[in-house]
Amino acid sequence: MEKILLTCVECPMGCQIQVEVEKGEVLSVTGNTCPRGKLYAQNEIKCPMRVLTTTVKTYDGKMVAVKTDKPVKRESMLSLMKKINAITIDLPVKIGDIIIENLEGDANLIATDDLQ
Amino acid sequence: MKNNYDLVIIGGGPAGLAAALSAYDNGAKDILIIERENRTGGILNQCIHNGFGLTRFKESLSGPEYAARFKTEVNKRGIEILTETTVLGFNKDKIVTATSPVYGIFTVQAKAIILAMGCRERSRGALNIPGSRPAGIYSAGTAQKYVNVKGYMPGKEVVILGSGDIGLIMARRMTLEGAKVHAVCEIMPYSSGLKRNIVQCLDDFGIPLYLNHTITEIRGEGRVTGVTISQVDEFKRPIPNTEKSFNCDTVLFSVGLIPENELAKSAGVPLSARTRGAIVYQNRETLTSGVFACGNALQVHDLVDFVSDEAELAGRSAAEYIIKGATIHDAFDCENGANINYVLPQKIDKNASENVKLFFRVSNTFRNCTIKAVCGDKVIATKKRLIATPGEMETLIIPTEKLKEINGTLTLSLEVNE
Repeated sequence: MEKILLTCVECPMGCQIQVEVEKGEVLSVTGNTCPRGKLYAQNEIKCPMRVLTTTVKTYDGKMVAVKTDKPVKRESMLSLMKKINAITIDLPVKIGDIIIENLEGDANLIATDDLQ
Repeated sequence: MKNNYDLVIIGGGPAGLAAALSAYDNGAKDILIIERENRTGGILNQCIHNGFGLTRFKESLSGPEYAARFKTEVNKRGIEILTETTVLGFNKDKIVTATSPVYGIFTVQAKAIILAMGCRERSRGALNIPGSRPAGIYSAGTAQKYVNVKGYMPGKEVVILGSGDIGLIMARRMTLEGAKVHAVCEIMPYSSGLKRNIVQCLDDFGIPLYLNHTITEIRGEGRVTGVTISQVDEFKRPIPNTEKSFNCDTVLFSVGLIPENELAKSAGVPLSARTRGAIVYQNRETLTSGVFACGNALQVHDLVDFVSDEAELAGRSAAEYIIKGATIHDAFDCENGANINYVLPQKIDKNASENVKLFFRVSNTFRNCTIKAVCGDKVIATKKRLIATPGEMETLIIPTEKLKEINGTLTLSLEVNE
């Protein structure tokens, strides 16, 4: 059995979480203060997931803030950035507009700013 | 635009917007918000990362999303906003002088003013970092604006000095956009940034964090070509023969924030040497009657959620001032004692009608400690903490009924438990 120490990134509290792992399976999670912490720890052992936030170019030169509406694989963030930086979009854009559908799995890239 | 308003708010960032809403909802509906940029939202517009609003909205929002919640409410109420308008000054009679491309230089008469100008970044000059003066040196916030708002990269090979949250966030942001971040240096033995940001901004991308290190030379003519970092001793002096050299074309400084108070200073509003914001009563009124202050212009907060809370208090107090008239203060002083860097508010009215929440920062990292608010030999309030760090703002509540027991200065101190 292996003991792994993690810092939860779900909120600014940054709980120190201890995970007991055997053969890639999570046996126990302790130190988390909320259920999100437990889920974070389980994902972190199997496949770390992150919400990706970045910007997208528009034809009139402004940048639109965007994020994935679900966490994506940590390992794929840099390759997703290439895909996102390859596009240019039109304004106006509203918060919640889908910019790229199914960017990874069922995670969409959505706008997080209102721009005219 | 009119010539007079009940309330003029200087700054349309998170503090200004929340203050406006709160003042309006408490009965002061004749409001003008003056904003320097071309849209409200302040620094949130360039903070495209998420994690805002977890306390207030129980959701993880990006900066623009958090700002939009307030902008929508401000618009619903029809509160007047002047953008691209810079306040040049105001005086004790609450005449505000401003300038804009539309109106030129003009004045407005206010009954009350709220200072919500936010803060600015400490610069390289303030740190006396030796070396040449090439291009490629930016404050982290400036680099953030270039990348996130203007859409261009300040450089490709980066070294960051300072491990505050903005420095950490920019390490990740530059990496995502294709730059190589060689190092983040921190002169202190700990990072002042949130632990989650160490993980998701540095560890996720294998960016090394050098604690107890600072930049001791910047090289380059025309453009930065490299830096030398050195380990420092307990007095923050560089230790010889610990130098490491990096080739880079960009250096980012994330070395602290200072409340923006040139306006307050020239208007004669007394400032605190410790917070570098105004000295305030518990209702966030400054020592200049009818002038209130909140948000990062008053004290640099960790989370925008707390900025909104403080701004709501200031907005409510300003509305009360406008409707009921000036408060006659009968206050005692509140001071920082051992192991405490500052306490806010600095003055508390004896007859305050609500519990008073003290905000403060400790001077070092302490484990298993007790924080005490004492007047003479009377203990007014205490709080135990397993860990307290300068990076996290602490609070202590003084209940209303205890205020009557205070006849003299209230001193806040921290003791490490045996």
